[in-house]
Amino acid sequence: MAVVLDVENLKTYFHTEYGLVKAADGVGFHVDQGEIIGLVGESGCGKTVSILSVMQLIQSPGEIVEGKVMFEGKDILDYEANGLEMRAIRGSKMTMIFQEPMTSLNPVLTICRQMTEILELHLNMDRHSARERSIELLRMVGVPDAAGRIDDYPHQFSGGMRQRVMIAMAISCNPMIIFADEPTTAVDVTTQAQLLELMKDLVTRLNTSLVIVTHNLGVVARYAQRIYVMYAGRIVEYGPAEDIFENPRHPYTIGLLNSVPRLGEKRGARKLIPIYGLPPNLINMPPTCAFLPRCTYKTEKCESEPWPDLRSVGDNRYVSCYVDIQEKE
Amino acid sequence: MNTPDDNIMVEVKNLKMYFPIVRGLLRHKVADVKAIDDISFYIKKHETLGLVGESGCGKTTTGRCILRLYQPTSGSIIFEGKDISTEGEGKLKPLRANMGAIFQDPYGSLNPRQTAGSIVGDPLKVHNMATGTELEDRVAELLRLVGLHPAMRNRVPHEFSGGQRQRIGVARALACRPSLVICDEPISALDVSIQAQIINLLEELQEKMGLTYLFIAHDLSVVQHISDRVAVMYLGRIVEITTSEELYENPLHPYTKALLSAIPIPDPKLEKTRTRIVLKGEVPSPVNPPIGCHFHPRCNLATDECSQTRPPLRDVGGGHQVACLRV
Repeated sequence: MAVVLDVENLKTYFHTEYGLVKAADGVGFHVDQGEIIGLVGESGCGKTVSILSVMQLIQSPGEIVEGKVMFEGKDILDYEANGLEMRAIRGSKMTMIFQEPMTSLNPVLTICRQMTEILELHLNMDRHSARERSIELLRMVGVPDAAGRIDDYPHQFSGGMRQRVMIAMAISCNPMIIFADEPTTAVDVTTQAQLLELMKDLVTRLNTSLVIVTHNLGVVARYAQRIYVMYAGRIVEYGPAEDIFENPRHPYTIGLLNSVPRLGEKRGARKLIPIYGLPPNLINMPPTCAFLPRCTYKTEKCESEPWPDLRSVGDNRYVSCYVDIQEKE
Repeated sequence: MNTPDDNIMVEVKNLKMYFPIVRGLLRHKVADVKAIDDISFYIKKHETLGLVGESGCGKTTTGRCILRLYQPTSGSIIFEGKDISTEGEGKLKPLRANMGAIFQDPYGSLNPRQTAGSIVGDPLKVHNMATGTELEDRVAELLRLVGLHPAMRNRVPHEFSGGQRQRIGVARALACRPSLVICDEPISALDVSIQAQIINLLEELQEKMGLTYLFIAHDLSVVQHISDRVAVMYLGRIVEITTSEELYENPLHPYTKALLSAIPIPDPKLEKTRTRIVLKGEVPSPVNPPIGCHFHPRCNLATDECSQTRPPLRDVGGGHQVACLRV
């Protein structure tokens, strides 16, 4: 399958008054055409910063220090963040669905204006056909009475409906890749199920790639084909979803899976094993593995050596750990 | 319900809580938000009852009615054998020492200017349960109980992490040795790796102190993990109550089935075999809920009768109660 996006060694640092925050520190991932991948990690681990960097939406004091983002055969980090080339990609070939639809839609413009703007700008449609197309898009994402509601303002929509509008906007220019940043965290579970099914149907139908950024392991287990696990600004493990859930190889991934309750487990059947300690403060990090203070598998080597690079452990699996954690006992 | 009374910690009977919507200069009532619309359930001693539902279904209001932070519109709340639903403020004070509350947001529920020690010690002072060195000792003991070092007592909330802050909230709730603790979404504001720490803490404390919990949350997998029995709420009403195992293995109400199927399980192999019921539409407004069964406009089993008659919560055997005409 053709690779749509290939990110290599992406480093985004924030120069704060307390010190340098390495929010993304050598992140690499690739996305194939029509593939759904999951980027998993806790808050503050750099998942959002990574995808914002790919779209060049990082603002001062943040800075993309290093890295390559190959998209359609070109390194798009060479483009000016606000230059013509980048603006032609952003919002049309590469789109994003944000977490909170109330803050990502403009409250003083009608849905029609916000949707037609994209179509007029990127596809040179005239106002009338852009409106027709917007109504059609709203129908596609399941907004009831689309023609009647297109002139409404965002506050007249419920949270789930607003997120549908966001999805409609994201697919409006037939993008190559959609980034969904915690797309369902702000909505209820039954609405979450509706939205995720909708997104999955749409990407299959349009043969688009989808990157789901989330902290919810269940969501990625259900939809993602491959998973990247992030911790403290780096990818610590990646591979096919099924293998990672069945046989996690990084202590952090193991910890995450052991610490979440699963539906259907009998009460008391399994005691949750929390990950002790706290996620690290990203300011002035030590050179050793960031998970070291919380790790239950650590060896002497981990204390003295720098943070290990990702290494192949077979079957398209990669893990950044010195310890060889074999099959689950 | 044929359980003997002395085994029951709290029983809620036909509880209604309506919030009036007022309009205009004269503030006349134009409608009611029917936050809780006639619910009944009980919690046995030393048990955990989970209360799940989507936002706006009335689960937090239920917890607050039991704590008597609200004056219920009608119905009774029998706490340790006594109806507290109409008690005046004066009589409520000693009762409240017997009930603890843990809130969702560990940032908003702690006074940022108070030290951890004084937050935890306040309930003891209010209820005249300890003074002087006794108070100091008790605070230290409580902090240790929830896994914090007593030396941290002089810190203010912003010096703690989210998980530690929630531990302070737990210590405060337990200060007066309550018998019932209302946990209102105690972990949903925490990071995934920290959630398990708090869940385990709550479980350990329950065992150690013989606590009774009302555990309110929207995440059914967490609720199922911690609860003995689970009540599912939809738009102000309880649609199903049963043991947490039975709820997963044999859900009867169409809403419970949809809710269960909507929750993804972190196991891709299992996920492939699960059938998904995707509900159509959205939760209606509690100001103007549908007539008959509240769930009927979204239900695939609904008949004409469902849009006319409110289904009673009835026992289908083994304490499994469900409110559906078609089951």
